[in-house]
Amino acid sequence: MKTLKPLNGNQTIAEAVRQVDIDVVAAYPITPSTAIVETIAQFKADGLIKGEFVCPESEHSAMSVCIGAAAAGGRVMTATSAQGLALMWEMLYIAAGLRLPIVAAIVNRALSAPINIHGDHSDTMGARDSGWIQIYSENCQEAYDNFIQAFRIAEHPDVRTPVLVGLDGFIISHSTEIVEIEDDEEVRRFVGEYLPIYPLLDTSRRFTVGSIDFTDYYFEHKRSQIEGIENSPRVIEQIGQEFGQKFGRYYSFFEAYHLDDAELVIVVMSSAAGTCKEAIDELREEGLKIGLLKPRVFRPFPYQKIAEALKDKLAVAVLDRSSSPGAFGAPLFTEIRSALYDYEKRPKIINYIYGLGGRDIKVEHFKEVAQNLVRIATTGKIDSHVGYLNLRE
Amino acid sequence: MKKETWRELTIGTINLNAGNSITNLTGTWRSGKKPEFIEENCIQCFFCWLYCPHFAIKVEGEKVIGINYDYCTGCGLCAEECPPKEKAIIMVPEEIKLAEGR
Repeated sequence: MKTLKPLNGNQTIAEAVRQVDIDVVAAYPITPSTAIVETIAQFKADGLIKGEFVCPESEHSAMSVCIGAAAAGGRVMTATSAQGLALMWEMLYIAAGLRLPIVAAIVNRALSAPINIHGDHSDTMGARDSGWIQIYSENCQEAYDNFIQAFRIAEHPDVRTPVLVGLDGFIISHSTEIVEIEDDEEVRRFVGEYLPIYPLLDTSRRFTVGSIDFTDYYFEHKRSQIEGIENSPRVIEQIGQEFGQKFGRYYSFFEAYHLDDAELVIVVMSSAAGTCKEAIDELREEGLKIGLLKPRVFRPFPYQKIAEALKDKLAVAVLDRSSSPGAFGAPLFTEIRSALYDYEKRPKIINYIYGLGGRDIKVEHFKEVAQNLVRIATTGKIDSHVGYLNLRE
Repeated sequence: MKKETWRELTIGTINLNAGNSITNLTGTWRSGKKPEFIEENCIQCFFCWLYCPHFAIKVEGEKVIGINYDYCTGCGLCAEECPPKEKAIIMVPEEIKLAEGR
């Protein structure tokens, strides 16, 4: 039976792990994701999780254990943040290259230096080319729902690609909400039994995993890997629908909030989207035709769907909670601007970098963005393509 | 040998053709020096056979009879480990091409 529980983001992830029949958890705790690992350890100690719980000596080793366990044929997860994800770096690429359906909860946190423990998307944006599917969550409920779906997506035979689910450090990981926790058995049935394709523990077959590829095969293997993530959109869509039919909360590639009739649009992911909705409600009352597009899936990037949703708008502001020093704007902006290139009629588009190191973003900041969009839509002029929100200039 | 297209490859770099290193002539990696077998010095201790990382020591019956240059990478371990004072394996400059050395 569905129950309503007051849980924070970290606890919702641990609840999901408890429910999905996990075989191996390998994780090294790091703020702000520590409580995920801590709660899982408690579940394990209480006999609520049957799988193995491994505490290695670093995040690099944690991902290495995940890779070994997944290659052996297990359903595997980990959780980390910021420096922890950075330390996993080379192993992230190996997990994706070996097509191992590992699922990771990444509690988004700023990367050092300067050292900081608060939420931004620098960590996962840095991992955007590692080959992992990336799904972002606005609140605790979405973190829970996304994490459950992540196993189905990762393990789908046409996909077989690791998935990371992002939730904002502290804002989501440490904020308590009333979360709908689904029935254990229902979740178990939804996720289903994992059937590995070539588990190393199957000693009846002889094969090698991860042998060397030189100039003659590396390129073909990489292309084959790309096919997995390119197959994933249809699977993500289908599983989002199935999840909705079963549990009543539907998911797709992005959420549209007052988007259909909007002339001006703000694009923002994760927890800031909640604040943005508040701002949009207030601006709508003032008569402004403004809407929100909240991307949920960043990899694979739903470029056609997002471009179709934005092409007829007057002006769009894309807000990124990370920077890409030296690039023309931050990751989300460059994706969306590029996606719109082939449309003859397309909106004016600007980028704001916001919230680095956990800097607050409030309703008033979204209103500041809206004012700029109004100015751009009226004059057709853009003063600056890339701006910084709530920064002392 | 015809190489597969990316569509023909098994998922996740998995190689179902276990033992296929027999078709990969690691001897092509060798450069500079190669081991030379001097039969009259050989005490048949099999140290070279034991230490060789590429199974490139030729054995016939129960006797070491030489080096398989198709797989010898020229690492020199066999020459290093060869116990007699007058060694039965010494490293010499590579003079001949692989094809002729087979």
